[in-house]
Amino acid sequence: MKKSLNERLAILSDAAKYDASCASSGTVKRDSSKSGGLGSTEGSGICHAYAPDGRCISLLKILMTNFCIYDCAYCINRSSSNVERARFSVEEVVWLTLEFYRRNYIEGLFLSSGIIRSSDYTMEEMVRIARELRVTHNFGGYIHLKSIPEASPLLIEQAGLYADRLSINIELPTDTGLTRLAPEKRPANIRKSMGELRLKIEAANDPTLQTKRRKRFVPAGQSTQMIVGADQANDKVILGTSARLYGSYGLRRVYYSAFSPIPDASKNLPLIKPPLMREHRLYQADWLYRFYGFGIEEITENQPDGMLDLKLDPKLAWALVNRHRFPVNINTAEREMLLRVPGLGTKAVNGILSARRHRRLRLEDLARLHVSIKKVQSFVVTEGWTPHRLIDRSDLRAMFEPKPEQLALL
Amino acid sequence: METILLEGRGDLTEWREAARSLLLARTEPRTIDWRCRNGAADDLFAPAAEVPETAVATAAIASTVTVPKAFLSLAQAVICHSDPLRFQLLYRVLFRLQEERTLLEVLSNADVAQLNAMEKSVRRDCHKMTAFVRFKEINAEEGPARRRFLAWFEPDHHIVARVAPFFQRRFTDMDWIIATPKGTAAWDGEVLTISTQPAENPMLTDQTDTLWRTYFSNIFNPARLKVKMMMTEMPKKYWKNLPEAELIPGLIAGAEASVIAMAERAASEAPLFHQRLQAIAQAEPEIVRPPAGTLEELREEARHCTRCALHCSATQTVFGEGPQDAEIMIVGEQPGDQEDLAGRPFVGPAGAVFNAVAEEVGLERQSTYVTNAVKHFKYEPHGKRRIHQKPNVGEVQHCKWWLTRELALVKPKLVVAMGSTALMALTDSRQRLTDLRGEMLQLGAGQSLLVTVHPAYLLRIPDEGRKHEEMARFRSDIARAAAFGRRAMSDVRLEQQNAGNG
Repeated sequence: MKKSLNERLAILSDAAKYDASCASSGTVKRDSSKSGGLGSTEGSGICHAYAPDGRCISLLKILMTNFCIYDCAYCINRSSSNVERARFSVEEVVWLTLEFYRRNYIEGLFLSSGIIRSSDYTMEEMVRIARELRVTHNFGGYIHLKSIPEASPLLIEQAGLYADRLSINIELPTDTGLTRLAPEKRPANIRKSMGELRLKIEAANDPTLQTKRRKRFVPAGQSTQMIVGADQANDKVILGTSARLYGSYGLRRVYYSAFSPIPDASKNLPLIKPPLMREHRLYQADWLYRFYGFGIEEITENQPDGMLDLKLDPKLAWALVNRHRFPVNINTAEREMLLRVPGLGTKAVNGILSARRHRRLRLEDLARLHVSIKKVQSFVVTEGWTPHRLIDRSDLRAMFEPKPEQLALL
Repeated sequence: METILLEGRGDLTEWREAARSLLLARTEPRTIDWRCRNGAADDLFAPAAEVPETAVATAAIASTVTVPKAFLSLAQAVICHSDPLRFQLLYRVLFRLQEERTLLEVLSNADVAQLNAMEKSVRRDCHKMTAFVRFKEINAEEGPARRRFLAWFEPDHHIVARVAPFFQRRFTDMDWIIATPKGTAAWDGEVLTISTQPAENPMLTDQTDTLWRTYFSNIFNPARLKVKMMMTEMPKKYWKNLPEAELIPGLIAGAEASVIAMAERAASEAPLFHQRLQAIAQAEPEIVRPPAGTLEELREEARHCTRCALHCSATQTVFGEGPQDAEIMIVGEQPGDQEDLAGRPFVGPAGAVFNAVAEEVGLERQSTYVTNAVKHFKYEPHGKRRIHQKPNVGEVQHCKWWLTRELALVKPKLVVAMGSTALMALTDSRQRLTDLRGEMLQLGAGQSLLVTVHPAYLLRIPDEGRKHEEMARFRSDIARAAAFGRRAMSDVRLEQQNAGNG
């Protein structure tokens, strides 16, 4: 008997939850008041709900089908898994997206799929869904499509006309890791597809000579995801891979997904609790690399086995081994150095730079900029405050470490 | 003490009128008692005196008060705040701004900080409204008319008028009403109507909520429970109007059990279709290979090259390009950023320099074979860019395997080495490029070698004069190669003629 829509929605959203991305930001501004249709995107994304796993729900994140001819060990939908299978028709995905959108549950659609028949067949069906939404239903909400590995460049080009974002997952930080766990995937082809997409996005961004207008093509760019903890790669390797991906393909984001146990798991994989703290530290390090002027080398050197410190955030860990660069004078230091002070974010640094043009700042002023004085005071000099020998204390690390906790029995 | 009575429902105009008059009368902030009409019960009987007459008179004379633009947009947000102190705070800052024009830039100032905190609270409330409004369909059974939806929402501040245009821009093709205790917004396809009158909860239901709840509980990953994170972003105060929220306690309570159940469901026998797929994959015939002994075969082999570690970070092998019977072979250093993405040699900025010069001096690109000493791009990532890195001796040696085969298949009469890496790959000699530059040397039997600089080097010379000089030298080097090519071609023609005559 055919499963009901509700039953299939359960299966195909359960199958989609291992993809971390849910961003709905960074695309062009669109609204339906001119088109008379449905949907808008206004720059920043909106999280319409939060699940108890702390993840935001912004998009309807589903698979078109969880049948798959690939056998990737880390994936719940691999061909050798006994997970229940289902498939949506093109019309059903379109209907669900529009009805969910009308009730303001979501910002749009994030569609991925297992590979059925062939990569091209699967990609074609996904492109049809996006085209139906945009063309037939005048839908202006956000669309994120997952590119199917090995799909023809022509299909990717069509997908880019309708989608705000395209992504293809690199899955594992090293080529050897991927070849071992995902025998059908070719790491080189994944990179090649990212490279081709970058060239297409750049070509579309070149204003044409006649109209000076830029073509709309994947306006929210491309992203990827790496699974953390399914293979032996350490944080240094992971971050190095991210840096290369950012530099090579103009990715907007690299998502880190702590490997999470899946039902009917492959014997090749560790059945562990997902390393959530490690995932969090990787995101922090990723931010330091992209927005705070840190090099990957700086973040990971002095870290045993190339693993980030789980107890301290990477900026604090860096500051504790580079004490000779502190304290930093809040009233005179350059922006680059202010960004390296533990406890100062980009917003606080901008606030400091703006405020200190008018007066000399004290610790109280920092507090009003929403800076944690407890965290920052050992590292800064302000009007009326010098940390004395605080920065040289041997128990400085202990001051910042989380208090020991009684472990739960289970 | 003057008492100013306002509606206080998020409308800036009433406050601005009053504040302007007061300011023109130089009224000190601490002498004004700002009040909300809808506030405490005794307010109902408060004197109706609004703006003092003296102030109105002054206002008529000089009605302009200048404020920084930033203040106005800040005030528009802060006026929506539900804190009764907002009027007073706004006026105090406005008053101080007349003397201290840059006050708003001092984010650490107590008043400015409080103003910004209020603005932030309003902004957050607005944002949460765009996120947590849930429309319910009404009269769904009716035919082709516009579909109608209604939502109930409870904001902290007076933000209905501020957020309503967002919903208009988004839900243009349907009629909707958002009712709240702080007013109502309605859209009918033509007009956006706002009322500040409190509304009542219509207590509606919608069938689609069932599907939404199914989605919510299945997209949740029980192995990653992070309740605190959820609570900060979706505080409990919003739960009562969210159809999915009733599932949360159950999902949290059942999380551990479902993770344990998952662990127990260890790998089982693979389903039949997997075994079928594996069998098909096994039986698949070998991919047709290009004929042996051709450049095509070599290119195909090179595509899978893993002789050195560079293949892991580069996008693809960038193999040589050109006819197999080319008289001239150009050897560069390695592909760059653009070449790496496109998979073709000499398509980036340095390639453009080379192409332009080649065209100028009459070197035919179509009949020339172009390749690189190293076939994978070596770089260091730097933010959004890649910084080119010179390949080391080991990498050049590993990659020489391909270059040697290209040379053996193409058998060019002239090889042009561009840059020291190409020179090293071709000759193994440690001689300096500058010593050999521009000379026609012997490479093998019947094979000449011309050494010149790499065009990327020309792009890096900062001094314009020197750049010009070096460019001229490079041009004359390539011209020599072109002349060699023409000579070779006429030799060929001569031979053909001779053969014909004989």
